[in-house]
Parts: sequence; structure tokens; C-alpha cells
Amino acid sequence: MNENFDVCVIGAGVVGCAVARELSAYDLSVCVIEKEEDVCSGTSKANSAIVHAGYDAKPGTVKARMNVRGAELIRKLSGTLDFSYRENGSLVLCFDEADLPKLNDLYERGQKNGVEGLRILSKEQVKELEPAVSDNVVSALLAPTAGIVCPFGMTVAFAENAAENGVVFRFLTAVTDIRKTDGGFEIETDKGVFRAKYVVNAAGVYSDKLHNMVSGKKLSITPRRGEYVLLDREAGDLVSHTVFQLPGAYGKGVLVTPTVHGNLLVGPSADDTDDKEDTSTTADGTASVKERALLSVPSVPYNKTITGFSGLRAHEAGDDFIIGEPDDAPGFFDAAGIESPGLTSAPAIGEYIAAELAKKAGAARKKDFKAERRGIPQASKLPLEERAALIKRDPAYGNIVCRCESISEGEIREAIRRTPGAVSLDGVKRRVRAGMGRCQAGFCTPLTMRIISEELGIKMTDVTKNRPGSEQIKG
Amino acid sequence: MQSHDIVIIGGGPAGLAAAEAAYDAGARDILILERDVRLGGILNQCIHNGFGLHTFGEELTGPEYAERYINMVEERGIRYKLRTIVADIDENKRVTYVNGEEGAVTVQAKAIILAMGCRERPRGALGLPGYRPAGIFTAGTAQRLMNIEGYLVGRRVFVLGSGDIGLIMARRMTLEGATVCGVAELMPYSGGLNRNIVQCLNDYNIPLKLSHTVTMIHGKERVTGVTISEVDGNRRPIPGTEEYYDCDTLLLSCGLLPENELSKSAGIELDRVTGGPVVNDRLQCSVPGVFACGNVLHVHDLVDFVSEEAERAGKNAAHYVAEGEGSDGEATVLKAGPGVRYTVPQTLDAGLMDESVKVRFRVSDVYRDRSVSLYYDGRLISKRKKRIMAPGEMEELILKKSSFDRPVSEIRIAVED
Amino acid sequence: MEKHELTCIQCPIGCALTVTVDGENVTVTGNTCPRGRVYGIKEVTHPSRTVTSTVPVTDGEIPRLSVKTRTDIPKEKIFDVMEVIRKTKVKAPVNLGDVIIENVCGTGTDVIATKSVK
Repeated sequence: MNENFDVCVIGAGVVGCAVARELSAYDLSVCVIEKEEDVCSGTSKANSAIVHAGYDAKPGTVKARMNVRGAELIRKLSGTLDFSYRENGSLVLCFDEADLPKLNDLYERGQKNGVEGLRILSKEQVKELEPAVSDNVVSALLAPTAGIVCPFGMTVAFAENAAENGVVFRFLTAVTDIRKTDGGFEIETDKGVFRAKYVVNAAGVYSDKLHNMVSGKKLSITPRRGEYVLLDREAGDLVSHTVFQLPGAYGKGVLVTPTVHGNLLVGPSADDTDDKEDTSTTADGTASVKERALLSVPSVPYNKTITGFSGLRAHEAGDDFIIGEPDDAPGFFDAAGIESPGLTSAPAIGEYIAAELAKKAGAARKKDFKAERRGIPQASKLPLEERAALIKRDPAYGNIVCRCESISEGEIREAIRRTPGAVSLDGVKRRVRAGMGRCQAGFCTPLTMRIISEELGIKMTDVTKNRPGSEQIKG
Repeated sequence: MQSHDIVIIGGGPAGLAAAEAAYDAGARDILILERDVRLGGILNQCIHNGFGLHTFGEELTGPEYAERYINMVEERGIRYKLRTIVADIDENKRVTYVNGEEGAVTVQAKAIILAMGCRERPRGALGLPGYRPAGIFTAGTAQRLMNIEGYLVGRRVFVLGSGDIGLIMARRMTLEGATVCGVAELMPYSGGLNRNIVQCLNDYNIPLKLSHTVTMIHGKERVTGVTISEVDGNRRPIPGTEEYYDCDTLLLSCGLLPENELSKSAGIELDRVTGGPVVNDRLQCSVPGVFACGNVLHVHDLVDFVSEEAERAGKNAAHYVAEGEGSDGEATVLKAGPGVRYTVPQTLDAGLMDESVKVRFRVSDVYRDRSVSLYYDGRLISKRKKRIMAPGEMEELILKKSSFDRPVSEIRIAVED
Repeated sequence: MEKHELTCIQCPIGCALTVTVDGENVTVTGNTCPRGRVYGIKEVTHPSRTVTSTVPVTDGEIPRLSVKTRTDIPKEKIFDVMEVIRKTKVKAPVNLGDVIIENVCGTGTDVIATKSVK
């Protein structure tokens, strides 16, 4: 099979989908190639789900620029593209008078990066804002513009909006080689060859491999594993801000934050690994994350843990985002080394790369670009009358499948029917949260499997958790 | 707004028995709300036998036991709604339910009986290290897939936790042709009934490894194996004791948790140990007119005891509707003393109590040849020797109204020499 | 002479029984009550179990019908009985107690429905 496009975006994580969505505003044929069965299946699916205000990155770095712009865009796009986002503000806690200069450095860095509303708080002010924070706090940096976002929701929103504007997605397609040709690139995959005038490398922890296929200026990405602990919604209001620790004697520090869905998230650890697929959790990693979080919030109720998970950050040796064309490979646009604040930066990276690429291609903006996208209705969140009306239109919205999160059959069917739609249990879970709750899919698994099998016309034995090989039942 | 005398949340064994007893105590306007496609609850998937010896004097399978109660409900013309989930209960006993036919509806109840049952402790709550592949199921989910849907979840199975459902599933999967490699139990004793260890494990030569746990789950897409380790007295894995088991499935039978999200929304006080509502001797919760029974109140070993408890709740709810709450005297508190994890009920009204009240409790360890002592305000009232007591077997004690010859503020139950 | 070690399941105590078979002569030790002796002898001489399983049911409100052997069957026949159950299919309606397989594997007992399916 051969396919030709103006642009191939490799990787359907949050960055790839953001780029695709921005590119879809231009007169270009765009294809997103993804090795997994769905969008948001790598680094994008397992992270802190934080919109960083932008005081972390060194002024003048790409990270700093993309972070501040990204945060601004997420605020707007959460409305335009209808995904969950909340500006809850963040606190960086300082536990030692001796570290106050470092807190001040952060403040000044933030000022230089253009972060608005930063304030240094006294202990009393911190305790008033967040009574659960440790009494050992001496001061904190408040960043009111920091937020929390649903990484799945944001990625899916980009992908759906891109698809609506003509972008095609090729899943379960792994790139094995990229060759420069006269008119652009030949991308060899396990599903055939794709030809594209331009390539966007948004391959997460694999972005060094792709880059190195076309450029002599080699990159090296180290997957940095971070473990997290997720707690029940009952614990979700323990803190309202995202609570960071000032890096110091305790190491880099872990955060304690509510999520947009009302859970409490604790993490991450940071362990460099050489396995780009190593998303296992470890007894030691989990224990260390839990312990360190208690320094910030001593009352985290770990008996309300519902799950733990780990994700990989794509750490590049140069310690900054690598965005744009390498000198020796024009037409190949990197979005590599996208580690924290990558989620925040994704929309800005998308905007930047799409603009650069379109300029180079001489592509005009589409007249019929549809900038808006509506999410799947969340029946249980609607006012009672609206919920009743929705159920009247489609009774499937009255049939609750996931009890913990009150997700109806209607929502699950819609998640599968959209483009790109869910094809696995994890795909359903990330779109509508069925199975995300406290029973961790114990009750809804058999029901969701049946709906997937009906919607996709596949056998129950072929229903997967995620990629092929993860079939749920044996016979 | 429509109103009903008694709204029962859940049409499993507790809800059905409560409905039947409420009707027989005079209530007529009863509505059962059930989320599944048929009444009977978890019994529908518990196709094994061993139910009903106490209630019916014969050994039945789960579905047979359920059908007897379903028939009682049908014969009495008690109304029920299937595929209906309760979205909310408030402090004023307004119940909001959702289903495909009616949409979202709020009704006013005079009394509510909570009978939502329990759920299984999932992998995430156990903190098992390793990957997150397909092939990890709670035993109940595997049971549903097998007995209701007809699918085999795995061919080589390891079971963590020796709860009864895990043991039952070990046998069930063996009968369906799967190989069950072993069962690991964190505690030095099994959480399941003796009979299940013999008939589900020993019959099929399935090893039970006490004081062991899973310390690594292998496999990125599908489970390819598990590593188990022996644990020390503090339940921490002992390095060097690792054993690898090649398997495609890990079943978890590591405890049940009462499902009290609705109780919380109604502002009902919960017991930290049972995870269920705090109730008095009438099984009434902290919100007057709301009663609780079955596994939502505390996790039971035998459905027969669920039925018995639910019948009490049903009868008391009917009396509440007919007569109101009555004078609530000074409540006597029941305290779990040394060796006792919890008691149900947690309070008692000596003035209003029945001639006798059954108190159920669990002990916190395996005890041989120890006594159960009962104290009223520190006075020893009775002491009864038991040859064996174990956390996996619920204990009971009868309190007689006649024993309260003077006001008592605290009743204490303890395990003693 | 052969010795069998078993756990009594007649009550929660779970006595460790030793059953000794010497020709016609069966003796039980380790039991603490008469029920343990009866159980021990039966387990060693004629062990039997009730088998429960499911069979597919077509045209019904649910896809699976639960079944059981009406009485205990000899333990060594369990897998033979399962083999026959696995090959069985039924059509709704079925009533609780309906005979699904007569005299299964010559055990003299029937496999019956334990659920009603409309």
C-alpha cells in the first residue's frame, strides 16, 4: 500500500494531534501515523495533567516560550474544543528559610517569562489557602494562572477536530525508516510506504530514532519514568491548588494535585530507563512517591488509592525542546524532547510548527476550517431536565454502564462512533471515563466489551484492552 | 413528585428479602430499584451450590436461592424497576433514579432501604507492582464473564487472595479446562471458608500459598506471568523468596468493599471499619427512616445471613412508615473490644429493642479455645468459650432485652482467655 | 493399608483427619465429633460432589443458563460430566428444575436448570 500526503505527522500523542489540528486549518493533505491503536497512548496518557504557569523554564529557552503561550492557548481552546480544564492555581512550597532565595529566583524567572499574577506568600497565607499543607511550610510561590487539564480529553479534542477538517489517521502503523527523496520523504512502515512532502516528528520517546533517520545531528532521548498514585474522588478536595515542592534537599520533589475529574493525584518519581516501553510500576518507586508527597500534605489518605501508573517523559540530553527543521533535513519538522511542560506546551508547539510548515509549503488557510468541536455529552453532569431530554432522544444515555463514574451506554457508543473513535477498552476509558473510577472497571468491563464488539462488529474474543495482543478473554 | 412508602435500592438478596418482609409487616407501597436486567443481584452469577442451608434447610445454587426470593416478591405484587440506577439520595429521602424509559426521575420516599451490596477491591488499590496488561481481573468480574456471558478469561491462571469468590473461580476455571497454577494469600490464614479450600483447591490439587503475595506482574500486552514472594510478619515481601509462575491471567480475590457512595450523598454516617453505615438495633442509619442491610452494611460470608438481616430491615422500615420513629431514648453504644474488629449494630435502644437482638461481629485474628466476653458498662455479663474463631467467619451474639435491668451506656464485646 | 490426610469441612474448626483404610476396615482419627468420622469415611470410600456449570441458551432474555447435577455424583466422574455439559445447548423458555441432561454419564442423576429463562 502506498499513500501520498503533503504532510505526515508521526505520533498521535498530544503534540502530534495538536500539530495535526493546526495544520488542518491550512490547505494541506495531512496524515497522522501512530504505532498504537489509538491517540494518546504514550507519554500523553500518563503525566501530571498540569497546565504549568511558566515559571520553571529558563528565560529564553524554547520551553519557556512554548509553556507560556501553551497555557494561554489551553485556556481558550478548552472552550473552543470543549475539553476539561480548570485554572486552579499552583503553589510551590518552601520548607526551609535557607531556600527562600531559590523561591525568589522562581518568582523572577516567572516574571521574565511573562507569567502573570505571581506572588510570594507567607506561611499564614499558604495555610489559609490550603489548610492541608504541612505546618513545616515557611513560604510559597502562588501562580494563579496554573491549571489542570484532562490530557486525554485535550488530545482527543485535537484529533477529532483535525479529522473533521480532513486529517486522516493511520493507527497500528509503525515507522521503520524514513528516506529523503527529491520531493520530500518516503516513510516506510509495517503497513506500507507513505510519501510526504513534509514530515512532523512527534514520536515522543522515539523522536530521537526518527530524527536520526534523516539528520546527522544526532539526538538522544532518555525515557524518564515517573510513577503516580491516583486517589478516589473522596480525597479530591484535600487541596484545591496544585501543590509543588521547591526542588531542594529532598530532591526534585513531587506534586499533590486535584485532577479536573475530582481525583487526587500524587507523583511523579523520576527514574531514567533504557527501555522505551517500560511503564511498569515498582514497589520502591510507589513507596518513595507516597512518602515524599507527605512532606507537602501530611494527610494524603492512601487508603483511598484507586490505582497507580507510570509514564515516560522524553528527556533530551540538551535539556530543551527541539522544535523545527534540522539544518541538514529541511522539510522535516522535529517536535522532540517534549518532556514537562510538554502537555502545556503542546498547543503552542502545534501552532508554531503548523505556521512554519505552511509558510514553507506556501499553503493558504482554509476558508471552511471548522475551529469548534463539541465533546461527548456527559449525561450525569447535566441538569436533571436536560438529562431527561437527552435520554428521551436516545434511551442509551439512561443506561448506566460504569457505576463509579456514572457513564452511560450512550456515551460509550458515541466514543466509539466518533472519528478517530475508540477501538479498545482503554480508548473508551480515556474518552468517557468508563472504568476510570474506584472499582477500576470491575463492573463495566463485560458490558463495555459487549458494546465495543457490537459497534465494531468484532468478536468478544477480539476485544482488546489496548494494542493487539491485549485481548481480554481467551475463549 | 411521586412518593412511595418504601424505596429499596438494589434488587439483590438483601433488597428482595427486605421487600418481602416489609410487605409481610404491612407495607404495600414498595418500590425496588435494580440496575441489572434481572432481579437477584450477584446470586445470578454464583452458580455454585452451598446457599440456603440456614434459610431453607436445603442446599441450593445462587440462582435457585435468588429465584425463591424473586418469586416471593412477584407473588406479593411488589413493584420493581430493572436497568434503573439510583443517581442520588438526599437527606430528605428524595431518591433520583435514571433509566432508559423514564429518563431521570426524583421520588419522595417515607423510608429507604439501602441494599446496594459491595464491590471488589481492584488491582490499583492493592498497589501491585508491574505492568498494566490485559488479563488481570477481579474474581467477580471473571465470574460474570464466565457464568453470565459465557467466556473463559484465561487458560493459565494464578489467583491472588483466598477469598471465597477466588476459590470458587479456581474450581470453575479448572472445570472449564483452564490450569490454575496456584493461590497466594497475604495473610497466614485463608479468608475463605474451609469447605471451599477443600472442594475448590484440594480436590484439584491447586496449591494454596499462605503468607505470599504477588510482587511483579509481567507482560506488556497480556499477562505473561507473575512473581510471588513470601511475606514476613509485617506482610512485607522477603527478598530471595521469589517464585515465577507462567500464566496468562491473574485473578484477584482480595476483599470486598461496601458500596456506600449513595449513603454518603444522603449524609449517612459510616463506620470506618465496616465501610457501611452505622446502624442501631433496628438497622436504621444516622438519617431516620433510612435502613441498611446486606453487604452494603457489612460484608457477609453467607447469603442466608444477608436474608435474615434484610428481613429485619424490611420489617423495621414498614413499622417506621406506619408508626414513625417512636421515642428515641438514650442510645447504648456497642464497642468492639480487644480481638473484635467491629460489631453490627453499633448502637442499641434498650427501651425500644425487640425481645432479643442479634449482634454480628468479626474477630481480628484466628483464635483457638478463647472466649467471647460481653460487658455492660464494664460488668461482665457473659463469657462463652469458642473452640475456633477466624476473621473469615462471622460471629454472633444474642442480647436479651431482659438483660438490661438498668440503664447501660456501653456494651463491649471482647475476645479473652 | 492406605492412609489419607484430609481437612474436615463439617464446621469451621476444620479438624485434620487421618483416615486409614485396611481392607474393609476404615478408621478415622483426628476428628473431634461424630460428624467428622462420617465425613472422613465417605470422603475416602465414596467421595461425591455436586457439579454446577452453565450451558448456552438461545432465544432467551439472557445468553447463559446455569445448571447443576440434581444430587452429588461420584467425584471421579466430574470431568466426564463436564464434558457432556459442555456439548449441551438449550432453547428458551426454560424453567428452574427442568431436566437438561437425563441420567448424565450413567450416574443416575440428571442435570437440571437452576434458573428460569424466558
